[in-house]
Amino acid sequence: MSAIVVDNLSKSFGAVKALDSVSFEVERGELFGLIGPDGAGKTTLFRLLTTLLNPDEGGAVVDGYDIVKDYLSIRSRVGYMPGRFSLYPDLTVEENLDFFAALFGVTVEESYDLVAPIYSHIEPFRTRRAGKLSGGMKQKLALSCALIHRPSVLFLDEPTTGVDAVSRSEFWDMLAGLKERGITILVSTPYMDEASRCDRIALCNEGRILGVDTPQGIVERFDSPLYAVSADNMFALLESSRKVEGVEECYPFGEAHHLVANEKFDLERYKTQLSDIENLNIVPTKPTIEDMFIKLMKR
Amino acid sequence: MKNNFLSFVKKESLHILRDKRTMLIVMLIPVVLMVLFGFAISTEVNNVNVAVVAPDRTDSVRDAVNRLATNEYFTFKGYISPEEIDSKLRSGEVSAVVCFASDFDRRVVQISAGVPSTPVTQLIVDAANVNTAGVATAYMQGVLLGTASQQSMFETRMLFNPQMKSAYNFVPGLMGLIFILVCAMMTSVSIVREKEVGTMEVLLVSPVRPVKIIFAKMIPYFAISCIVLTLILLLARYLLDVPMTGGVSGIVALSLLYLVLSLSLGLFVSTIATTQVAALLISAMVMMLPMLMLSGMLFPIENMPKFFQWVSCIIPARWFIDATRKMMIQGVSISVVWQDVAILSAMTVVLITVSLKKFNDKLE
Repeated sequence: MSAIVVDNLSKSFGAVKALDSVSFEVERGELFGLIGPDGAGKTTLFRLLTTLLNPDEGGAVVDGYDIVKDYLSIRSRVGYMPGRFSLYPDLTVEENLDFFAALFGVTVEESYDLVAPIYSHIEPFRTRRAGKLSGGMKQKLALSCALIHRPSVLFLDEPTTGVDAVSRSEFWDMLAGLKERGITILVSTPYMDEASRCDRIALCNEGRILGVDTPQGIVERFDSPLYAVSADNMFALLESSRKVEGVEECYPFGEAHHLVANEKFDLERYKTQLSDIENLNIVPTKPTIEDMFIKLMKR
Repeated sequence: MKNNFLSFVKKESLHILRDKRTMLIVMLIPVVLMVLFGFAISTEVNNVNVAVVAPDRTDSVRDAVNRLATNEYFTFKGYISPEEIDSKLRSGEVSAVVCFASDFDRRVVQISAGVPSTPVTQLIVDAANVNTAGVATAYMQGVLLGTASQQSMFETRMLFNPQMKSAYNFVPGLMGLIFILVCAMMTSVSIVREKEVGTMEVLLVSPVRPVKIIFAKMIPYFAISCIVLTLILLLARYLLDVPMTGGVSGIVALSLLYLVLSLSLGLFVSTIATTQVAALLISAMVMMLPMLMLSGMLFPIENMPKFFQWVSCIIPARWFIDATRKMMIQGVSISVVWQDVAILSAMTVVLITVSLKKFNDKLE
């Protein structure tokens, strides 16, 4: 049986539809990523699955328990790390961990083997106040606290937001380690580059899920030719490219623009039409998850 | 599950102990208020400067002046001539002047014999401060007449607080105020802080029912309040000389009941407010102001319009202050004020029930 089954889940706040008939499944022991910009409804989905909110329509099952009927059972078997830093800044690292252990009726020693790979990074600072830790260390402490009761499913809402690149990479290594221990992990992130670290991902935007697949599978679904174009005047390039026949999309992508072509596209004709743009450079490139996201969003 | 309850209490105590500034304020406020109300802001008449006009300083005149001079409420500023009366009063050098008639002795004898006569003494009082003038006049009459008050028609005896010390009046009111401040305001703010910072989200996604966490929160505040209570009672007894003839145990029992009531009031506020500022405003504006105005601490309830008398019935401090005054100053036992105790208990039960009903273990 799947660890998480989401079935047509909808939730509105007043006139705003935060989640609109969302359905997907997460297998046991899977590292599942929710990828989408702010306002995609990721946090609402987390709050529904951790039983903090009740759905308007549809339902979901977490670890075999219904999120409305059996919400108390779910609360003792999942670990939840909200998007905001939600520990006590005036308590020390150690006091925070002890408190969360007591909250779940366990001792730190009982779960130490599970927490150790993460907690060992911050253990040298165990007498420091949690509020005085760096962003990366705060996340590690929060993850340790969420793991202290050996949850079967872990919900991590944007755990790497506001964390430096090195700590972010370290954090994903830790998640991979937890996955090895058989913990199902649902993680959300606004960073597309982190998607490749997941087993499967769901692309979401404005309360809807645009597609669910492995990171590889998502990229393979991109069936149009894709080019990276650059020139001296990038803005003029963007404007002019969009006017050329056969150009489906052209959008800024890092240092170059990505150009999505359709069947009417002709490379030679494109070059002649843009001959007045200096240092024009166009090369075929491989699509990324972000390209797929943009494509799905426009549809 | 018992040991995790203890660790919740420990966690809450750490929050309080680490917030040194708040701790200091909580401990200092009662002392400052007690001293302020007990000494500085008092409606008693102390050190009224009095001058005397006495053309004929006979023994009985000297005797009367002596009684005035040795009285701790008056300061004798010496004899002056009738021409100086106006300037002395205007300059504020004295607040009252006593004029004895030149044939004082003879006329006192006449009056004693029952012969009608015109007044023998005149009191000229600076009534710029109405309160002081009124009290000073009444008190001066008493002092000057001394034991020879045959002609007075009433004999007034002030029971329980014969010197009309305002401290006696203020201490119960202050207790009512301080406990709302410490218990209700601080607990509501600390519960709402968890909601605002987001830790409540994590607490909710756990097997422990939040109600348990909240009760654990109240315990350290209850402990602090008990310390504050001890402090207030010691200050009241030894600094302000409040009699407490009825025994301290009854006062402590009543105060503990009121503490629990204040805590549940804080719990109730925390179920309404979603931000710390809102909790603070509700505690300060919605609870403190009516408490100050309508509890009978500053203004007698009997003088209020009927509507406000009704409103005052739902203010817990009214009943607490009423009962505490009776116990502290009249010295009655707690069984005499059973009505107040019953009302306070009922309020506590209602507040706790409503708060628990309102308390949501979901986010909306």
